[in-house]
Amino acid sequence: MTDVTFNGASVAARPARRDIGLKRRYAAEQRFRLYGILAIAIGIFFLFALLFSVVSKGYTAFWQTSINLSVNFDPKIIDPQNKRATDPNVLLTANYPVLARNALAEKLGVETSNRPALRQVSGMISDGVRTQLRNIVVANPSIIGTTQNVWVLASADVDSANKGQVDLSVDQARRKVSDQQVEWIRKLDADGAMVQRFNTGIFTFGASSRPETAGMGVAIIGSFYMMAIVLVLSLPIGVAASIYLEEFAPKNRLTDIIEVNINNLAAVPSIVFGLLGLAVFVGFMGMPRSASLVGGMVLTLMTLPTVIIATRAALRAVPPSIRSAALGLGASRMQMVFHHVLPLAAPGILTGTIIGLAQALGETAPLLLIGMVAFVVDYPATPLDPATALPVQIFMWANEAERAFVERTSGAIIILLMFLAVMNLAAIFLRSRFERRW
Amino acid sequence: MNKFLLTASAAMIAVAASAGYAAARDQIQIAGSSTVLPYAKIVAETFGETFPNFKTPVVESGGSSGGLKEFCKGVGENTIDIANASRKIRDSEVQACAEAGVKEIQEVRIGYDGIVFATDINGADWALTPEDIYKALAAQVVVDGKLVENTSAKWSDVNPNLPDWDIAAYIPGEKHGTREVFEEKLLVAGCEKLGGIEAAEAAGLDKKGAEAACKAVRKDGKAVDIDGDYTETLARIDSNKTGVGVFGLAFYENNADKLKVATVDGIAPSTETIASGEYPVSRPLFFYVKKAHLGVIPGLKEYVEFFLDDQMVGPESPLAEYGLVSAPDAERQQQRDDFAAGKTM
Repeated sequence: MTDVTFNGASVAARPARRDIGLKRRYAAEQRFRLYGILAIAIGIFFLFALLFSVVSKGYTAFWQTSINLSVNFDPKIIDPQNKRATDPNVLLTANYPVLARNALAEKLGVETSNRPALRQVSGMISDGVRTQLRNIVVANPSIIGTTQNVWVLASADVDSANKGQVDLSVDQARRKVSDQQVEWIRKLDADGAMVQRFNTGIFTFGASSRPETAGMGVAIIGSFYMMAIVLVLSLPIGVAASIYLEEFAPKNRLTDIIEVNINNLAAVPSIVFGLLGLAVFVGFMGMPRSASLVGGMVLTLMTLPTVIIATRAALRAVPPSIRSAALGLGASRMQMVFHHVLPLAAPGILTGTIIGLAQALGETAPLLLIGMVAFVVDYPATPLDPATALPVQIFMWANEAERAFVERTSGAIIILLMFLAVMNLAAIFLRSRFERRW
Repeated sequence: MNKFLLTASAAMIAVAASAGYAAARDQIQIAGSSTVLPYAKIVAETFGETFPNFKTPVVESGGSSGGLKEFCKGVGENTIDIANASRKIRDSEVQACAEAGVKEIQEVRIGYDGIVFATDINGADWALTPEDIYKALAAQVVVDGKLVENTSAKWSDVNPNLPDWDIAAYIPGEKHGTREVFEEKLLVAGCEKLGGIEAAEAAGLDKKGAEAACKAVRKDGKAVDIDGDYTETLARIDSNKTGVGVFGLAFYENNADKLKVATVDGIAPSTETIASGEYPVSRPLFFYVKKAHLGVIPGLKEYVEFFLDDQMVGPESPLAEYGLVSAPDAERQQQRDDFAAGKTM
């Protein structure tokens, strides 16, 4: 009652404003905005910290130290007994590393009689030179006897030293490059015979125990196969399931249970699907280990709930008036769905599918159990051959002992992030291009 | 469009299912110990380069126990051919193998690996003994002939010659083969020297129980199990400069500019001291071959022979350069002869 008397009195005296806590409410709003900005700032800070640490460590992986050598394809070394015309194996098993070593020794002015120094010279060149020179000779045997300019990869330790990643202040016994080699590196750098070239190998080579010849080729192909399998399997199955559940199925307890289970399945940890894949696909159905086919099927199981949930949301977003109009003009329910509802829901379905695919692309845990976390050198010709995947390659490289794999790990993360960014951009593009508003 | 997708996927499943059964495997599959992994990778890669008519073997990691478990799943194309192990196969595993149909297993010993203790490069010099390690890291220690709870907090409590650092040791987790060697050669050895076995037996335990009591590692957070690889241990030491980590010799040699190695019983670990047996903490490395797969999987026999060749495991081989301690000449020859003769376990 006091309120009334107070109000009555004030109205009579002067139109005083009722205290509605305006100041307090504005302050609360200000505070809330501040919290929001703070939350976003924290998120952005961590994102940039992550990107900075990855990029600053990894960008050097895209540059690889190479040495320019004038290699003399000496027939006395390649084919000492001169029987290459009759025995094709001679060219395959010849001692090619010696050719490169001699060329570098000549460039550095090392006597061929000085064995300890020669061993250090060998240590500057990647062992991958064997396959590199062999491929040159096998492709064109007439090259034997001539001298050619060849860019060969420097060994990983020389590469790390050249990039300044080795602490040269410690005693030379404690590091992998000797003082002599460091001196040679400086000399070759000054001559322009040793340069850092763009590292195409990181995209094309298979796995290797030598950092300089290790690449993500097999992983890229394996991931591509798996994404193709996931797309081909999960899109039709997921869309069919959601159309039935959304448009045809009666709403009863059974469909409710199914719906709850699909939502739960989306939250199941991915390693569980790996166990299932090992038991069913590899164990029971007898499919090959380490194959991208099995990997793709396991990832399909993982992606399906995401696709179904996204598709059902997209179908539900199509206004009922469209359905009523189609039915009212005499369309069958099947025609109504496939001619009217599905095309309108397509952008949403595609976006959901791409996000599901992007999730599957970054998955390692389920692949661990089906043998895809492996050292695979040969390109997989079909999805039945052993392969790895992009995140698996990051995991494998992160566990390597050699220093040169540190930058490669970050380099691989950059490549994976770029793939993910491209997929997400595609999702955004599809949404903005085809989205209809009512 | 949708009809096409449906048909395509149905066809794909059918093809996949039939091809899965039909395709014969022409690639060797290997799994197991992460300590043996780098060596197996080097051999596999060189094998692929040297024999262009065979595919390069596929090598998986997963730990000695994990590899042997896969190995013992049975015989056939969708099981692995070789299991790498940093310890000897256990009787229980041989039994499990036999029950699954893997009756004939050929054991191959490739060489030795040292287990080293290392600290950050800028730390003090360390000289450890098995007794120190036992006293610092075991769950129970011997005091006046009795086993009591381990309460030592600093290394200097254990041995006044050691630095005044809080005890923080990063040791291999249970799934690693290295753990077994760590327990046998350090904890049990130290325990024995200090009379822990007698103390446990006096407390009413049998011989097996006494050893188990010696092996138990303290659980109060001072000894941390590392289930990942040595890179994780290295990262822990990077962030805790007074931590002590357990590494393989090969890993240490690849990171010698970041780590300082401790002597054990006054001997510094190196390929020489391990080969001669002076350095006490070393262990043989193995791989196990399914005899039933020899002659079925192309290249399997050649791979094993190539692995045992002196150009791979000899004293001046790529594996030795990476850090493997070569076995003596006679032992390497013995391994080659045993494999050629088809000797099974």
